[in-house]
Amino acid sequence: MSHIKTLTNGLFRENPTFSLLLGMCPTLGVTTSAFNGMGMGLATTFVLVMSNLVISLVANLIPDKVRIPAFIVIIAAFVTIVDFSMQAYVPALYESLGLFIPLIVVNCIVLGRAEAFASKNGAIASIFDGLGMGLGFTMSLTLLGSVRELLGSGKIFDITVMSDQYGMLAFVLAPGGFLALGFLIAIVNRLRKAN
Amino acid sequence: MAKKLESNFINMVVVLFCISLIASAGVGYMYTLTEKPIAKAAQQKQQEAIRSVMPGKFDNDPAQEKWSKEVDGKILEFYPAKSHGELIGTAVKTFSNNGFNGYIEIMVGFKPDGSIHDYSALVNKETPGLGSKMNFWFREGNPGSVKGKTPGKSGLKVRKDGGDVDAITAATISSRAFVDAINRAAAALEGADATSGATQQNK
Repeated sequence: MSHIKTLTNGLFRENPTFSLLLGMCPTLGVTTSAFNGMGMGLATTFVLVMSNLVISLVANLIPDKVRIPAFIVIIAAFVTIVDFSMQAYVPALYESLGLFIPLIVVNCIVLGRAEAFASKNGAIASIFDGLGMGLGFTMSLTLLGSVRELLGSGKIFDITVMSDQYGMLAFVLAPGGFLALGFLIAIVNRLRKAN
Repeated sequence: MAKKLESNFINMVVVLFCISLIASAGVGYMYTLTEKPIAKAAQQKQQEAIRSVMPGKFDNDPAQEKWSKEVDGKILEFYPAKSHGELIGTAVKTFSNNGFNGYIEIMVGFKPDGSIHDYSALVNKETPGLGSKMNFWFREGNPGSVKGKTPGKSGLKVRKDGGDVDAITAATISSRAFVDAINRAAAALEGADATSGATQQNK
């Protein structure tokens, strides 16, 4: 499989949110605004790329029976690095994402890609896989965040599109998150079938 | 591909030990790199909050002259702002545990006569779109403005409870928590005035 194909695989065919349905907890939790969704997506992308790279390099040195704890420790180290950096340089974003940053450790996408791809493939391919999956995740979260922000408060990336009196508050809250996600998946599936 | 290491006891222990060691070394190094920026960001945020709730320019460093008082098991922090040695207001970092999602933290600025000048929400985990409106709802020019109100010892109340503060629409609990935090600060400031006056004279 060529690297480009590995990359686009995560973006479209195996998009973590819309077709693998992985990592639903942060997906629904942070997408109250487009900016939050994008921040979360990019943080996850960094962790995915770095952990995929390291795991693909050391996969053969890790005995099979302890591979899960070993992977988790590697992933946790990178998450902590992201956590510190965000706290230091983008405190506002750090505050709004809050608990969901440390929770990237147990995000199914990261562990899933480590287990399913990085541990069986070379370093370069693993970087592309991490990048593709991460950007796919970022794209879906930004899209979902935009939809919820627009319907909920009439803004996208804090830019007012329509007066917020037309906002349906439910879309910022949990029920709207489920609704928006469901409809987006339906649309994506329809588009996929059409092709 | 090279053959995998066998899963025997020694291999597993050694590998896990090495990975943990390297990972913790990396995290530790990162901590030393970001420790100062993190502290700086927090300090900057606090300075910003104090400046935004004070009625005018001050020329002292309120953080240097801060004093604190324990109320309801938590520490309230008081930052006196002075211009040419004269007190122009006190910023109080206060809290309430009664928010819809628990803890909230507010920096509120009192003028020397005890009236509220402005406030800024430091920790606000209230429901987005409802209670989170606390960030601006009670500021000047908004429906629930508390500017110029003097809670004193009796305290403010939301309209539903017989007071004169307009609560956030559909977020009475968050509004009550806000008022609760303000009242806690005001009562503590009022009660402590005598002592703070004394310490100021001692200087």
